[in-house]
Amino acid sequence: MENVRMETKEVTVFYGQKAGVSSVSLPMYDKKITALIGPSGCGKTTYLRALNRMHDLNPIVRIEGEVLLDGENIYAADKDPVVIRRRVGMVFQRPTPFPTMSIFNNVVAGLKLVGVNNRDKLMEVAERSLKQAALWDEVKDRLSEPAVGLSGGQQQRISIARALAVEPEVLLMDEPTSALDPISTQAIEDLLATLKEEVTIVIVTHNMQQAARVSDYTAFFLNGDMIEYGPTDKIFTNPTDERTEAYITGRFG
Amino acid sequence: MNLRRRYLRDRVMVSLVFAGTIIVLLPLLFILGYVFVKGIGALDLNFFTKAPAPPGEGGGGMLPAIAGTFIIDIMALAMGGLLGLAGGVLMAEFPDHPLNNPLRMVANVLGGIPAILMGLFAFVIVVVPMGGFSAFSGSVALAILMIPIIMRSTEEVLKLLPWELREAGLALGLPRWRVTLSLILPAAKGGIITGLLLALARAAGEAAPLLFTAFGNQFLSLSPFKPMDSLPLKIYVYAISPYENWIRQAWGAALLLALLLMLTNFLARRATRR
Amino acid sequence: MLERMHGRLGDVLFTWFLVILGGAVLLIAALMAWELWSGGALAFHHFGFGGFIASSSWDAVKGQFGAWPFLLGTVITSALALTISFVPSLAAAIAIAEYTPPWLGEIIAYLVDLLAALPSVVYGLLGIFVLIPMLRNYIEQPFFTWAITKAPWLLTVLGPPTGIGMMSAVLVLSLMIIPYSSSLARDAIKLVPRSQREAMYALGATRWEVVRLVVLPYARGGIFAGVILALARAIGETMAVTMMIGNGHQLPFSVFGPAATMASVIANEFTEATGDLQMSSLLAIGFLLFLLSLLVNFIADYILRRMTAGEGRK
Repeated sequence: MENVRMETKEVTVFYGQKAGVSSVSLPMYDKKITALIGPSGCGKTTYLRALNRMHDLNPIVRIEGEVLLDGENIYAADKDPVVIRRRVGMVFQRPTPFPTMSIFNNVVAGLKLVGVNNRDKLMEVAERSLKQAALWDEVKDRLSEPAVGLSGGQQQRISIARALAVEPEVLLMDEPTSALDPISTQAIEDLLATLKEEVTIVIVTHNMQQAARVSDYTAFFLNGDMIEYGPTDKIFTNPTDERTEAYITGRFG
Repeated sequence: MNLRRRYLRDRVMVSLVFAGTIIVLLPLLFILGYVFVKGIGALDLNFFTKAPAPPGEGGGGMLPAIAGTFIIDIMALAMGGLLGLAGGVLMAEFPDHPLNNPLRMVANVLGGIPAILMGLFAFVIVVVPMGGFSAFSGSVALAILMIPIIMRSTEEVLKLLPWELREAGLALGLPRWRVTLSLILPAAKGGIITGLLLALARAAGEAAPLLFTAFGNQFLSLSPFKPMDSLPLKIYVYAISPYENWIRQAWGAALLLALLLMLTNFLARRATRR
Repeated sequence: MLERMHGRLGDVLFTWFLVILGGAVLLIAALMAWELWSGGALAFHHFGFGGFIASSSWDAVKGQFGAWPFLLGTVITSALALTISFVPSLAAAIAIAEYTPPWLGEIIAYLVDLLAALPSVVYGLLGIFVLIPMLRNYIEQPFFTWAITKAPWLLTVLGPPTGIGMMSAVLVLSLMIIPYSSSLARDAIKLVPRSQREAMYALGATRWEVVRLVVLPYARGGIFAGVILALARAIGETMAVTMMIGNGHQLPFSVFGPAATMASVIANEFTEATGDLQMSSLLAIGFLLFLLSLLVNFIADYILRRMTAGEGRK
């Protein structure tokens, strides 16, 4: 049986008075890929951002319930969001290379934050992360060039390498391929299969085929509620809830 | 983990950011308060209704400067407004017109030139040929100051209107000029007025372009072809004078001018909001 | 048919009306450059263009005129004012765009912009009656007295501690140009996409680290353009400087002592100019001021344009 790396217990996210996500309880297994699917506006991204305290940046958002990382609530009073975000990395919908930094500095940006300045150490990490992100061969000769000169797919892999460089325990991905072309999407999907050997992944996608292809577990969200959760094969072949079935067969969303 | 040090730096920098902001705001609040306290006492009935008294005598007022400010600025707004609006309309409504690129460049150039040079220019082309200082020459200087501001704001607000609006008008069979005058300009009225008022506020505070054009006048004069006084000019002259009474009135004039400019700015903001 | 003719004729007339007025604007700008040049031609001719710029004597009695002290005065006061105002103006921009709730940010922004709305003569008035006595009594004189006994070599650098002079003018100038650099910096900071900030936060950055490593570098074009625009304002600022700087063109300038700028000498001497040569010299200084402003504005424009072009490409 697999370990639970991260777990939420009745997590509710309020935007002001309105709940964006209500009472979601989910396990996220170690070194597995958990996909969150559902029509847009269903709360899957809102839920994802609760997992690394990104909502802290927005003062009107309030969170109830518990988010456990290795059994400890990340919202406990003695937990620091800056530390949590290092342990739970995030990749966004659109590539977000820092335009004023070179490829190299983009990748090691997180390390420099904590004061790692040793050039050899940084180089070593950059190489490892870029290899993990399947980008090393494409950029190894131009590490000092600006990252914005790369293609969209390459930029997204830079974002992934940057997130991996700080060696997070969990990697959150918010529709990481929605802004990319099919070939880049393919490259990133291939990458996920190897990445999960080292890191626990939670991926939001509204591309059902993608969820079916890459994930081990799937949770279906609708209107802020988590409707159904289970092993991916089961959700896609034999869902329990008729709303899940309606969604995966394309009847709405 | 050097987390504590990073948080310490975070907190220090936030404090510095707010300290810097306070360094900016404190002098402003001080200026506003000080001008108000010093100026309010000078604003009596005489201030608004009398011409200046000779230095030693006391009494007297600012009537010529107040009237002059309005006359000079309104003449300037009429000239600058006409030219600025025309330039703005040309740039926004006739996007391919060959004059547009030079106009845009000139708007930049004029917008970046010190106001005192407008005064020098008006001196050379108006005062010298006309044989003397005059309110009109001051208006010319201020009008040139206003043109780039009006031109740019007009172009901007007109470009915000959807191009479909013009096409709809043309489709109705209206000629271009009717579309512009009775469809486009009314639709952009608020923004255009904002531009005009901002230009007015900018020019009305300037003394430098008036030094050798309107020149100033101790007596009430309503003729545009004679020297005329204006509040900024009067503040300058009185501020560097040695007379207690004049200095007191300079504070009053400063308060009045600041209030008028703030009112104009406020009206300018309001015009767009609606 | 008649209607249509009427429309077409109207269009032609309307276009011509606009073209004539637009042409008048162009003419004004061209004429301005030309008049300043030809007004100054006598001086340029008499002393030579380079000679006029490089000469530091300004003596109406001897008929010797040179722009050097004023050029120097303008450059020194503007550069110092820019240096002093940079940090506070950037701090205000960061506070407004990053650290305050929107309602408070709006109030602060309004107040900062108000600094630009106050007339120059009002700054001058306060300068004369508040800043100058304050500087004289609490800074310049104590420091000067200290220097007399402890560091006599400093005295020539300090200059006469009357309050009227370079230091007062520079301080007021710094305050006056803050809104120009601050508002452009503020706009540029607000344009930094949220995704950029979030990406840095997601790496485990503190708030300041996000500002320093992501926000400020991303907005650097706008920040720099604002600095250049503030410089342009400082170069052309006339009344407040004229009222406080003491109008001394004796080189070398000192910290406390009187000085002059291009704008201040024109404001001060133009109406009292005796003779064609002095008049022409002042117009020639006007022409140089024109060129300098033009240069600075083109630089700011170039930076702004490159910045927006860069954003378009993404």
